[in-house]
Amino acid sequence: MTVYSLTAHELHEKLKSKEISARELARAVLDRIEQLEPKVKAYLTVTAEQAMEKAAEVDRRIARGEELRPLEGIPMALKDNLCTEGIKTTCGSQILHNFVPPYSATVVEKLDREGAILLGKLNMDEFAMGSSNENSSFYPTRNPWDLERAPGGSSGGAAAAVAADEAVFTLGSDTGGSIRQPAAFCGVVGLKPTYGRVSRYGLVAFASSLDQIGPITKDVKDCALVLQAIAGHDDKDSTSADVPVPDYTEVLGKDIKGMRIGIPKEYFAEGLDSGVKEKIEAAIKQLQELGAVCEETSLPHTEYALPAYYLVAPAEASSNLARYDGVRYGFRDTEAQDVISMFRSTRSKGFGPEVKRRIMIGTYALSSGYYDAYYLKALKVRTLIRRDFDRAFAKYDAIVTPTSPNVAFRIGEKIGDPLSMYLSDLYTIPVNMAGLPAISLSCGFSEGMPVGLQIIGKPFDESTVLQIAYQYEQSTLHHQARPALEVR
Amino acid sequence: MSISKKDVEHVALLARLEFSEEELEEYTKQLNDILGYVDKLNELDTADVEPTSHVLPLNNVLREDASRDYLDNETALKNAPDKKDGMFRVPKIV
Amino acid sequence: MSANKYEAVIGLEVHVELKTNSKIFCACSTEFGAAPNTQVCPVCLGLPGTLPVVNKRVVDFAIKAGLALNCKIAEFSKFDRKNYYYPDLPKGYQISQYDLPICEHGYLDIEVDGETKRIGITRIHMEEDAGKLMHEGDAIAEAESSLVDYNRTGVPLLEIVSEPDLRSPEEAVAYLEKLKAILQYTEVSDCKMQEGSLRCDANVSVRPVGAAEFGTKTELKNMNSFKALQKALEYEIERQIDILEDGGEVVQETRSWNENKGITVSLRSKEEAHDYRYFPDPDLVPLVIDREWVERIRETLPELPDERKRRLIEEYGLPEYDATVITSSKDLADYFDRCLQYFGDAKKVSNWIMAELLRLLNARDLEAADCPVSPEQLAELLQLIDKGTISGKIAKQVFEEMFDTGKTAAAIVKEKGLEQISDAGELERIVEQVIANNPDPVADYRNGKKQAIGFLVGQVMKATRGKANPQLVNELLRKKLS
Repeated sequence: MTVYSLTAHELHEKLKSKEISARELARAVLDRIEQLEPKVKAYLTVTAEQAMEKAAEVDRRIARGEELRPLEGIPMALKDNLCTEGIKTTCGSQILHNFVPPYSATVVEKLDREGAILLGKLNMDEFAMGSSNENSSFYPTRNPWDLERAPGGSSGGAAAAVAADEAVFTLGSDTGGSIRQPAAFCGVVGLKPTYGRVSRYGLVAFASSLDQIGPITKDVKDCALVLQAIAGHDDKDSTSADVPVPDYTEVLGKDIKGMRIGIPKEYFAEGLDSGVKEKIEAAIKQLQELGAVCEETSLPHTEYALPAYYLVAPAEASSNLARYDGVRYGFRDTEAQDVISMFRSTRSKGFGPEVKRRIMIGTYALSSGYYDAYYLKALKVRTLIRRDFDRAFAKYDAIVTPTSPNVAFRIGEKIGDPLSMYLSDLYTIPVNMAGLPAISLSCGFSEGMPVGLQIIGKPFDESTVLQIAYQYEQSTLHHQARPALEVR
Repeated sequence: MSISKKDVEHVALLARLEFSEEELEEYTKQLNDILGYVDKLNELDTADVEPTSHVLPLNNVLREDASRDYLDNETALKNAPDKKDGMFRVPKIV
Repeated sequence: MSANKYEAVIGLEVHVELKTNSKIFCACSTEFGAAPNTQVCPVCLGLPGTLPVVNKRVVDFAIKAGLALNCKIAEFSKFDRKNYYYPDLPKGYQISQYDLPICEHGYLDIEVDGETKRIGITRIHMEEDAGKLMHEGDAIAEAESSLVDYNRTGVPLLEIVSEPDLRSPEEAVAYLEKLKAILQYTEVSDCKMQEGSLRCDANVSVRPVGAAEFGTKTELKNMNSFKALQKALEYEIERQIDILEDGGEVVQETRSWNENKGITVSLRSKEEAHDYRYFPDPDLVPLVIDREWVERIRETLPELPDERKRRLIEEYGLPEYDATVITSSKDLADYFDRCLQYFGDAKKVSNWIMAELLRLLNARDLEAADCPVSPEQLAELLQLIDKGTISGKIAKQVFEEMFDTGKTAAAIVKEKGLEQISDAGELERIVEQVIANNPDPVADYRNGKKQAIGFLVGQVMKATRGKANPQLVNELLRKKLS
């Protein structure tokens, strides 16, 4: 296997044994980026020079005989909604096309302290609004398994980069499935941690009560390692929970015999693609063979999660995106003669159609006379969705579902029909509404495209999710599959 | 509930957006589709249900009252589309 | 007079900046007067990705102010976003409190024509201040462009809303003065109107005397001093009465006080009626204020103006008027108390503060806190009078000099040779000379025109350039002339 195909934990051993230097590794992945980017378009910014400098620093540490931390020297990349000091952070939007933050997100600082090497910033749907990466203001990213198909979204660049070996791991963000759905579409591992597990400070907000940062990796062990590096309380985020962070690698390899897993019937109803269904059922069988007790259960309010989400998320977004007014940073329409026209034309030209659509829905849902009927109603339904999960988790250690009702669709297939695009997040959205941790990992292929298996855990119980995912992964070969991206 | 073109124009003003006539038509249609879809929520009786604003049971997250310097003026203005005398410049207000 | 047929109904919305070290949601300094955009950070500039964290002292101060204003302190409170666009508002929303403010249902008492009137306080909530706009050109309407300074953005504010219990501009001013005093006593704000740390808007309507319902109100803004508040209210009340008298209707709108022209002008907006789309801020978690927290703050409450006034009356026997004036400002009351540590005669201290000190503060446009004469120095001056070193009249002259130069009383008296002449031998010589030089008044006195002695005393004082001990002069003259 070529060096860029390896996982972080495999590369850690090679760096430690000096089989490879951090510079050689960084160079190899940067070369891979250079070769593949014209096809995949996962990156918006590549920071090759800084990456090589940082790699040289790591090599000096290795030469001095200092102990190598798990992610030290590992080349990685970040979704472009994570603020990076001195490095352009566009959020996939024209309105931030030239924004260079004077500060870094907490997770970025953490990874930097761990010695991980930043290769660049990844493409995404504008302001993380979308399920295909087609809403990027710059260009759509393509699915490494089939360049005609979408990589999913909104962390499409982050998932595609890992699948194409253009980064060892990446960080994405997940508001309604934006880590898990693209991870499923690209056949990689993606974890959305419990709301509050990872600091949101420096993550450009989409919907504050739903957003969470998480890892996208080549296997479950890497996922545990990256989560370990980014989890924990942060004084700068009032919604970050002050709960202890366990050692996530400890549970890897522990069997899952007798573990109780709920299979919610609502996730297997109409709308689920038969090819996907087949793979998920096979995966459930596999979990049973591993000793888990899988039982059908019910989450009766599942069908209301999506409509409730499409009020809560846009409402918060309409307010979060009010700051893009052309005054302090980003794009400004300089034609405008007075401040109100400047606000309106800057925002109308700076935002793409999907972002404007959601701002409009959200503004309407919060406006006088409609607040109770829409926004408040959605918050109440959110309570019902949480209760469904509370009841299920009283009985089960985890819940298993498909990640998405279908495999990756073709670019252009759904872009004209917002509602059908929204439906591809049907199975991931309830998890955000309840703030739970969930992972997506590959459980085989349908139509030649990867199928994602979603494992949902109790609040702050990422360990159980990782434990089950690891057992499943190690008993199959899906994680070793790589897309055939010829490099000439 | 359905939303008229006039409503859409009003909401656009609230949100500081502006649309061409064509866009207005399109947005009116799409917003009606989406609002029609979310009307599904009315199937549920939520009269006695508390709303969830936060999923975490957190409260009283406070910091001590200590001040520190952060950005110098140049850094603060670095991304500004227009500036003058250490301040952000905007076109006329009325 | 038609005015007598109407009464005004006034409610005040007061914003005070809290005296914290750092801003409400970030650690930037709140210091007044720094160069533009030098007390800013990613959080208060509203940079993408930043998040607010509540300053604990802001909550403590809000509770303290609430207790001082007899409010109920909420057990559960939260922050909401108030959404609107303005260049001085970096996030496109202001973090404020909507339906669950931290304090409600309070009151304060004011004195109106010697009677106590209770004014209700509807609510107090916490919020962040906006930035400052400077207009290039004279007025906002003519400016081609404006400049924004975000130093003030995020400075903690309390908004204190009164019930519409005020019935005249005088009552409104008395309310604001009392509110200012209480907030200064509790040390939550320095309440400097000229620096904008105390700002006041008013809701005003008029109705026929005896009517149960309120008339249509207007909201007045931009009143930057007590005088402006008084004048703006007077103008607006008259304006509304004139409209009603002419059979017209008052339009509900926001009006701005134009200090130069002495009128209120409509701020009619071309824009839509405001729809602030309040909703709970998902970036902040609720406040749960247990009673222990409230009691802990209650213990830090100082003596408030009303209590202190009572103490001055009871303990020192000050007249009610004096006590009211002295306790109207915490700095002045503290000044009084400190003077008493060095000079025990409360009435004399009070007289000096009421007459000389306040006169000079007003004349020099100074606050009590900025008084150049320290309480110790004033006490020293009073001791000099008491010991007979200088006369009361000379003392006034000395005090003014102390005020303007910062020198001590003793130094000025010595430098200018102002010691009172109390040496009987020296005075006797001068008295004899005055008797010799003024035969006519002397004769008058001896003939029973006793008031003629006044002229002779005056002559002695003149000869001593006011330094003679007047009592001694009187005694000596009587002795010599009898």
